[in-house]
Amino acid sequence: MSAVLQDQKAHGVLMEVRDLTKYFPITGGLFSRVVGQVKAVDGVSFDLRRGETLGLVGESGCGKTTTGRAVLRLIEPTSGTIKFEGQDITKLSKREMRALRREMQIIFQDPFGSLNPRMSVGQIIEEPLVIHRVGNRKEREARVRQLLEVVGLASYHVRRYPHEFSGGQRQRIGIARAIALNPKIIVADEPVSALDVSIQSQILNLMEDLQHEFGLTYLFIAHGLNVIRHISDRVGVMYLGAMVEIASSEEIYHKPLHPYTEALFSAIPIPNPDIKRERIILQGDVPSPVNPPSGCRFHTRCPIAQEKCKVDRPILKESGPDHWVACHYR
Amino acid sequence: MPERVLDVRNLSTHFFTEDGVVKSVDQVSFYINSEETLGIVGESGCGKSVTSLSIMQLIPSPPGKIVGGEILFRGENLLTKSSEEMRKIRGNDIAMIFQEPMTSLNPVYTIGDQIAEAVVLHQKVNKKEAWKRAVDMLREVGIPSPEKRVREYPHQMSGGMRQRVMIAMAMSCNPQLLIADEPTTALDVTIQAQILDLMRKLKREFHTSIMLITHDLGVVAEMADRVAVMYAGKIVEESSTGDLFREPLHPYTQGLLDSIPRLDQPAAEKLHVIEGTVPNPLNLPKGCTFAPRCPKVMDICREKTPMLTEVSEGRKVSCWLHVDPQKQPSGKEAAS
Repeated sequence: MSAVLQDQKAHGVLMEVRDLTKYFPITGGLFSRVVGQVKAVDGVSFDLRRGETLGLVGESGCGKTTTGRAVLRLIEPTSGTIKFEGQDITKLSKREMRALRREMQIIFQDPFGSLNPRMSVGQIIEEPLVIHRVGNRKEREARVRQLLEVVGLASYHVRRYPHEFSGGQRQRIGIARAIALNPKIIVADEPVSALDVSIQSQILNLMEDLQHEFGLTYLFIAHGLNVIRHISDRVGVMYLGAMVEIASSEEIYHKPLHPYTEALFSAIPIPNPDIKRERIILQGDVPSPVNPPSGCRFHTRCPIAQEKCKVDRPILKESGPDHWVACHYR
Repeated sequence: MPERVLDVRNLSTHFFTEDGVVKSVDQVSFYINSEETLGIVGESGCGKSVTSLSIMQLIPSPPGKIVGGEILFRGENLLTKSSEEMRKIRGNDIAMIFQEPMTSLNPVYTIGDQIAEAVVLHQKVNKKEAWKRAVDMLREVGIPSPEKRVREYPHQMSGGMRQRVMIAMAMSCNPQLLIADEPTTALDVTIQAQILDLMRKLKREFHTSIMLITHDLGVVAEMADRVAVMYAGKIVEESSTGDLFREPLHPYTQGLLDSIPRLDQPAAEKLHVIEGTVPNPLNLPKGCTFAPRCPKVMDICREKTPMLTEVSEGRKVSCWLHVDPQKQPSGKEAAS
């Protein structure tokens, strides 16, 4: 880690998320009455430290994507606070929020769906600059060319359209668009999941280079644990709308505390046939977030669950230095 | 010598498109022994799925066509079978499971109907027995209260359950060969672990050979006895799983293994990168198709295509670093 980054980390917390909740209503019947709620995110708290990469990991439906969008208010949170540089952004008006979005950008998973097929690459990357009225046309054009080179494309690509590019190249375009305004935070929502392994490593390296160069802070959402461990300084593990464990990436890999984290890591097939591991195979499926289990959400599948787990919902507590876990028995 | 269930020789499947001919599978040869799992790995577009669809003869035609080679299943060439005969083999002797269980199940029939249909079609049993067989199979694949679930529709089940149903259906006629095309790619890791565990169990019980197609090197390391690595329509390396992961020979295999973040090794500062991208299938480079991206490229690589050659017991590779150009039969290559 570079000295610059170390220094930035000393500056502490860039974004502080507390008790973030997002319920999606389920409507039904003749008058579309609300008949239930999907508790996508249910009381999630974490800090995003300046210059770090915080990985959010979990299986489908755990709420990691909703969390990523809610902290940018691309989805309005149901409750909770999100402090960005000390200011609670959940209280801001739409207009104030729009101005603040310069500081927070997002990269999406699907490099096919997230680029407008009718816009040229130049227009796509220039758009955020236009919206935020940055520079005149000439300056913007120069910036676009510069950005293309920064992400490893050529400046002559500026007039081409998204369909002319491969998946990896499109993801580079998405990254160029995200860093165009020199944001402080980038939420990367499964940025490499749709890519082949040989392309995946190119994009991961690019994202690391950009982080060092521009002092970016990443909230990196992925379900691939090997990717998460590689890129993250710290990792948060989510299960059914709740954060169950958060610690440094080496710590969480070598010393997972939550039984879910343990099972998750042990379930990943490792490309080394000589390693024989103890595998914890969880029984059953993830319960529905419409009607999550009482108490600890994981108790229905947990190998060490006790009576207490069925009634008492554990809160995230620090059980080692900077290692937080939500479990009664760990 | 173990019995060869499947022996594919010089299989070529091409797609004739408006823009030109795509050689999706180009002179591919491999075999699967009885009760063996062969892993086929490669990135998107390398031809691994087209290979499996060719075996089943499910290639959409036009534009696709099997233009050459033999597919010997228990010694008989499937390419000379009539479509009537193929129908009898498909689902009965060779079964297939796909990546997306939702699109492979019919949403308007109960899962019991769908499994029983396959059984009635291929085995000499009446409907009642077939239904009983469906219940048994669901129990076999670990679906709780199968007597009840057998009457449910696909949408009432989770992704992992649906994949179990697909497996139950595939195994219901006790096939000799199961082709599994990315069977766990759409599933979460904890569910993937359950399904892989189930496949291992069924293989033991039913003595089935498995052709496992995947892009996940971890899944291959865990499941396969032997591995074939594909790149741009060709097999570039084939060996036992242990040898391949311990000492990959082809630069592409090496690059692939180096570029994945490894959980079994200390975190690296920087990931290895295979430069460039997969070549355009309409315009493949001359010589070795991997040459433009290869860190160890030599002059000969850009001129002559290396053939898959046995370099030691059970190890085959198509790379000029390991194959002596003098010994390579050149006439055939020059022609192709």
